[in-house]
Amino acid sequence: MDFQIALLLGQDGLTNGAIYALLALALVLVFAVTRVIFIPQGEFVAYGALTLAALQAGKVPATLWLVLALGAAVTAIDSAQALRHGATRRLPRIIAVNLVAPLLLWLLLTSVDLVGLPLIGQIALALAIVVPLGPMLYRLAYQPIAEASVLMLLIVSVAVHVVLIGLGLLFFGAEGTRTPAFTEGTLDLGATTLQYQTLWILASSAVLIVALYAFFGRTIYGKALRATALNRTGARLMGISTTMAGKLSFTLAALIGAFSGILISPVTTLYYDSGFLIGLKGFVGAIIGGLVSYPVAAAGALLVGFLESYSSFYASAYKEVIVFTLIIPVLLWRSLTSHHSEEEE
Amino acid sequence: MRRLILPLFLLLLALLPVVLPGSAEFYVTLLNYIGLYALVALGLVLLTGVGGLTSFGQAAFVGVGAYTTAWLTTAFGWSPWVTLIVALAATTAVALFLGFITLRMGGHYLPLGTIAWGISLYFLFGNIESFGGHTGLGGIPPVMFLGMELKSGREFYYLIWIALMLAVVVTQNLLDSRDGRAIRALKGGVVMAEAMGVNTAWYKIVIFTIAAQFACVSGWLYAHLQRFVNPTPFSLTQGIEYLFMAVIGGVGHVWGALLGAGLITILKQWLQDLLPKLLGQSGNFEVIVFGLVMIFVLHRARDGLWPVILNRIERLWPALAANAGGSVPQAELLQKRDMPQGGDTILEVRQVTKRFGGLTANNAVSFTVQAGEVMALIGPNGAGKSTMFNCVSGVNPPTEGEVRFLNQRIDALTSREIARRGMSRTFQHVRLLPTMTVLDNVAIGAHLRGSKTFVHSSIRLDREEERRLRFEAARQIERTGLAEHMFDAAGSLPLGKQRIVEIARALAADPCLLLLDEPAAGLRYLEKQALAELLRKLRGEGMGILLVEHDMDFVMGLADRIVVMEFGEKLAEGLPKQIQEDPKVLQAYLGGVD
Repeated sequence: MDFQIALLLGQDGLTNGAIYALLALALVLVFAVTRVIFIPQGEFVAYGALTLAALQAGKVPATLWLVLALGAAVTAIDSAQALRHGATRRLPRIIAVNLVAPLLLWLLLTSVDLVGLPLIGQIALALAIVVPLGPMLYRLAYQPIAEASVLMLLIVSVAVHVVLIGLGLLFFGAEGTRTPAFTEGTLDLGATTLQYQTLWILASSAVLIVALYAFFGRTIYGKALRATALNRTGARLMGISTTMAGKLSFTLAALIGAFSGILISPVTTLYYDSGFLIGLKGFVGAIIGGLVSYPVAAAGALLVGFLESYSSFYASAYKEVIVFTLIIPVLLWRSLTSHHSEEEE
Repeated sequence: MRRLILPLFLLLLALLPVVLPGSAEFYVTLLNYIGLYALVALGLVLLTGVGGLTSFGQAAFVGVGAYTTAWLTTAFGWSPWVTLIVALAATTAVALFLGFITLRMGGHYLPLGTIAWGISLYFLFGNIESFGGHTGLGGIPPVMFLGMELKSGREFYYLIWIALMLAVVVTQNLLDSRDGRAIRALKGGVVMAEAMGVNTAWYKIVIFTIAAQFACVSGWLYAHLQRFVNPTPFSLTQGIEYLFMAVIGGVGHVWGALLGAGLITILKQWLQDLLPKLLGQSGNFEVIVFGLVMIFVLHRARDGLWPVILNRIERLWPALAANAGGSVPQAELLQKRDMPQGGDTILEVRQVTKRFGGLTANNAVSFTVQAGEVMALIGPNGAGKSTMFNCVSGVNPPTEGEVRFLNQRIDALTSREIARRGMSRTFQHVRLLPTMTVLDNVAIGAHLRGSKTFVHSSIRLDREEERRLRFEAARQIERTGLAEHMFDAAGSLPLGKQRIVEIARALAADPCLLLLDEPAAGLRYLEKQALAELLRKLRGEGMGILLVEHDMDFVMGLADRIVVMEFGEKLAEGLPKQIQEDPKVLQAYLGGVD
């Protein structure tokens, strides 16, 4: 390996690592707030990218039907519940958010020239379609058993994951897609060249991380999420709704996932099931951080990115084996250093 | 009636390949697969339903079994029976290693670890050249059994289902034993089980390994049935499907594994035909249905379909219902511990301090307990009494200071070690296993008095010891006045009686020091009197008793000496009479007259 290749691989590792870091942050966030190990995180990556690709091809993406269907289901369940409790005042809001908004989105999609739209408009539309899936999934799959054990929630996560994978194949077919770069071209740095998209990825990740940091440190909702993560019962006693916290964390996770997919789809071809492995690599990073520490999770994710790109040079067939085997020394180290209390969940 | 069902089911199983016509080969194949899958799902029942752990990597263990035999038989010509042993050894090694690194941490690290291991192994199978890469390995020889080559699906059927039925029997035997009770305590009773001397980390590794071995055998069978292996059936997707089978069938029940494997296998066949036609595309769309069913089951019938079905049948046909109750046959008494001399100091607490972060719950507290006395620890709420109990019993060891029990330092030992030395305790917040019978709950207390392991119990070599353990448990239940509730689910008893069950469980351990945390709370007057009588009797036998209690009549009438605590510090110590007149104690309890 010469210096040139090492730089190139390093660049690759850094780009992937930045994405894994974003996903790792989302996973830690969701786990801390809801105790859900969010296996379907990766599906949002694929859905985001493939939805954007569909929009750019001038098609109404099939993910919209999923939003409409889930929205209808949420409306039905929430309205029934509201009626049973005599809380008819809540009905307009339930219907507006879950039924009317998706319908308006549909109307919008069929009335604008999708292909002619500037990229930023297409991205906004793609996010508007995919992100609501996060809170809707929380409402339908997790909220009814929010107090169940971590294990039960994990099994539900895996079930949601396989459903989304199956639907992904149905929606997008088996073919992969790539979307055009935000800015085409490369930057000449003398020793190496840098794609502008790489810069986009790094810059966006950095901005998102800083934004999350500010959100948790400075806003009331961010603080509410942190409070819920620290102590669910205590937070509830302070008037913080754990349901709201759950939905909010799922919204953020969906946003981070979908946007990550949109960021990388110009540099890698994404298939309906690519998200799973990408999400799991974020997981390896998150586990390095013990599913608690945000900075260590991000650093771990970068490590995964570098390990992946360098191992693809030395033993490309064993790339995945190497990356996922990394988890074993990590777990070993954590198991020997952490003092897990005997108290059960 | 109920007894006839199993033999009838076995007879049906045995006759099926004979009665099915030659044209129904498809059904034989289907049954073979159901058997293979059920074997893996059975391991998950033990792991998930009983032990409260889970694994998504069972398909990878199936792969270990299949690839070991495929490679060794084709490349080196080894006999399949030899490769079975090699495969089991390899599986055991991997399971022990994975278990060791993940099981010491939170429950979710094992499933996450198994996801990673499932993916790694799948890619590894596909990339090793001598394993034939993604194309796989063919030409695997058939199994020879009693000089017969098992070549056809009908012949192989018997091998699969005999293996499965053996696994069912072994699992049921295991669950109905000393180790079985310990394993059932893993789900929600770790602290209690450790305090009763159960090595919970070890049992977690044991059930993970057994589940892996079942999967490995299934893989070995699969390789010799198909006579060909490639990586596809050992992917993470399949690993997830195994878990679906167990959960949908009924993850807490041995027969749930069979039901789940059967349902999912048949449903999959049907959906794989139907869905692509319906949707006009080809692909594995059945996972959508499986995932949705899974979510529905977890929301609405968390225990799976088996208990639901069983319930329906028993309501329609009450004759089939299992009759609860029974009796515990007399058996030889268990060996008793040598009690220390009356008056000897058995417990010595010296300057014990316990801090939780910045909060000091106990500050330099000292006291002793002698054999044959009742020492009461009293004080207002929040005085640090239960914290002191946890320090002494090793549930939550002290930050500073020394605890000596029978003249040996124990403050650095685990609660399990301390229990082994003859200390037993109850908990203020009752820690029983609510779905298990009172008898089984109490028998956990006697855990350390038995020595037979899961190896013995799986082939019923533990029966004599088990009878003695159960008889001991029954004796303690009768002694504490709960004989009428012996076969009731512990969770169905009122709280006061649950506390008594805790005492019976502690007594089953044959302790020389008994720690009772608010034993009289929730008892009625007569029950309290009976309890006091029992404690007096135990004291007479030479047992030391350390008691935390709020009921002053109870304490003053029973205790030999009293230690009063307030705000984590020792306020006073003395005879009941002295304590009742101590001005500091009066002030702490009744407030001062300023």
